[in-house]
Amino acid sequence: MARRNEAVEIRWHGRGGQGAKTACLLLADVAFNSGKHVQGFPEYGPERMGAPITAYNRITDEPCKVHSNIYHPDYVVVVDETLLGTVDVAKGIKEGGAVIINSKKEPEELRSLLPGYEGKICVIDAERISMETLGKNYPNTPMLAAAVKVSRVIDQELFIKDMEESFRHKFSHKPDVVEGNMRALKKSMEEVKVS
Amino acid sequence: MAIRDRMSGNEAVAMAMKQVNPDVMGAFPITPSTEIPQYFSEYIANGLVDTEFIAVESEHSAMSTCMGASAAGARAVTATSSAGLALMWELLYVAASSRLPITMAVVNRALTGPININNDHSDSMGARDSGWLQMYAETNQEVYDNFIQGILISEACRLPIMICQDGFITSHGVSNIDLIEDEKVKEFVGEYRPENYLLKHENPLAVGPYGVSPYYMEIKRQQAQAMKDAMPVIRDVAEKFEDMTGRSYGFFEEYMMDDAEVALVIIGSSAGTGKEAVDRLRAEGKKVGLIKLRVFRPFPRIPLAEAMCKVKAVAIMDKAESFSNSGGPLFNEARNSLYDLENKPYAVNYIYGLGGRDITVEDFYDIYQDLFVIYDNDDPGDVYRYIGVRDSRFK
Repeated sequence: MARRNEAVEIRWHGRGGQGAKTACLLLADVAFNSGKHVQGFPEYGPERMGAPITAYNRITDEPCKVHSNIYHPDYVVVVDETLLGTVDVAKGIKEGGAVIINSKKEPEELRSLLPGYEGKICVIDAERISMETLGKNYPNTPMLAAAVKVSRVIDQELFIKDMEESFRHKFSHKPDVVEGNMRALKKSMEEVKVS
Repeated sequence: MAIRDRMSGNEAVAMAMKQVNPDVMGAFPITPSTEIPQYFSEYIANGLVDTEFIAVESEHSAMSTCMGASAAGARAVTATSSAGLALMWELLYVAASSRLPITMAVVNRALTGPININNDHSDSMGARDSGWLQMYAETNQEVYDNFIQGILISEACRLPIMICQDGFITSHGVSNIDLIEDEKVKEFVGEYRPENYLLKHENPLAVGPYGVSPYYMEIKRQQAQAMKDAMPVIRDVAEKFEDMTGRSYGFFEEYMMDDAEVALVIIGSSAGTGKEAVDRLRAEGKKVGLIKLRVFRPFPRIPLAEAMCKVKAVAIMDKAESFSNSGGPLFNEARNSLYDLENKPYAVNYIYGLGGRDITVEDFYDIYQDLFVIYDNDDPGDVYRYIGVRDSRFK
């Protein structure tokens, strides 16, 4: 079940062009559809394709007033594993929080790349899932699903139903893409590994 | 019934424009306001509005287009940011002195030097003496509501208006919003029926002729009067808007001010972060408050001074530097408004958030802490301060 009366703050790390911002806005959408107050916002600079980017979500039951960046997130989603060691992705994560990484490795193998971080590490092979289900590397959908699964910010069944509707709307002329995305979503929720 | 939705501040402004369905939009893209004409041209392409969109080669021409359209009798809108607004500078004064009610969405971004795309208020604050009305917003909801009200205010005052929001922070941030039904907005703004316009053949007139010395000063005095007369217009339009939506707007919003001992005066999205600090400090038993200024032009001198006088010390927050060696634009006007009052609070200035520098709840904690020190010691110390600057020489 989704938690009540608590703000959930999520920080996304990716590279320009990978869709971290899109995933962040999608999460805001699905949380909105479940009746929450949401914020989804990217941090902008002179970004280029491939440069590190950050995006944020605040998901609350009451309207959220704060308009600053998030320095103490509950969860961090890393869309590109090569950022580990370059960007301090685990910085400021709250106790009891988690970092969710797109990687083929085991969670404990990644711990050495997160110096000083002792919290939970979750891993999802978004690339493989995406290749298997969509035939292309679109890590967005699996990462979003893993974030929802780990954070429990929205009821999971509601999330699946809502995403299906949104894919059907978005890809009304390509029903096979809908099916592929739904498989990616469910697979990711089943496969996410937690340490 | 309001329509519950979620969208970015830029989408919200484009939505308001769609519902208003203006006659003409002249626009040139610039970050972070680009999405406004982008979304709006989609509406045009899809036949959802019948606005004439005029794509131009610069902001100078965008404003010229709006002026020509407005002088001809059309309802004209545009959007811009930062250097785009700077390139309109010459025309801003011409639009205001020609009394052309153009509604411009300004998505606030730092002015170049060094180049920066992020938020501060240096662009529109620099244009504060151009004769335009100016309103600022904390949230997507407010910029949407302000835009719809701005159309009526501008036309009633025969003055152009800037509807400002914070670049990226609200312009690109998606959050919940309550939209108004299309037909209600349409009824609210009505048809634009100017008294005089160029295409009115039975009353030929000149717009923008040379203003010789025997007339120039009278024209300026009339502009100043129009700005003064805008105060009741803004209030009346807000009342009409509240009747429609239940959402109430004033020249400024007072947050937890009734028994406050110290307070902030602030403009834009950071007011929300400040309110969070107020909530947390209140939970600790500290009597703190906040005033969020919505209308900067006309400057609500008397009511704002009265509100500030409820407390013993105020921090006036500027997201723009004037390089005046005596504080930012809001500080100078807000502090000036206190001069004639007997029991005035101490008033200090903080420059913050330049070029997208983030301001956090913790920063506001520090400011309230400083205000209590001023209050306890009965001494304002240095009134011209910075918050959030990293250079240790300036702390």
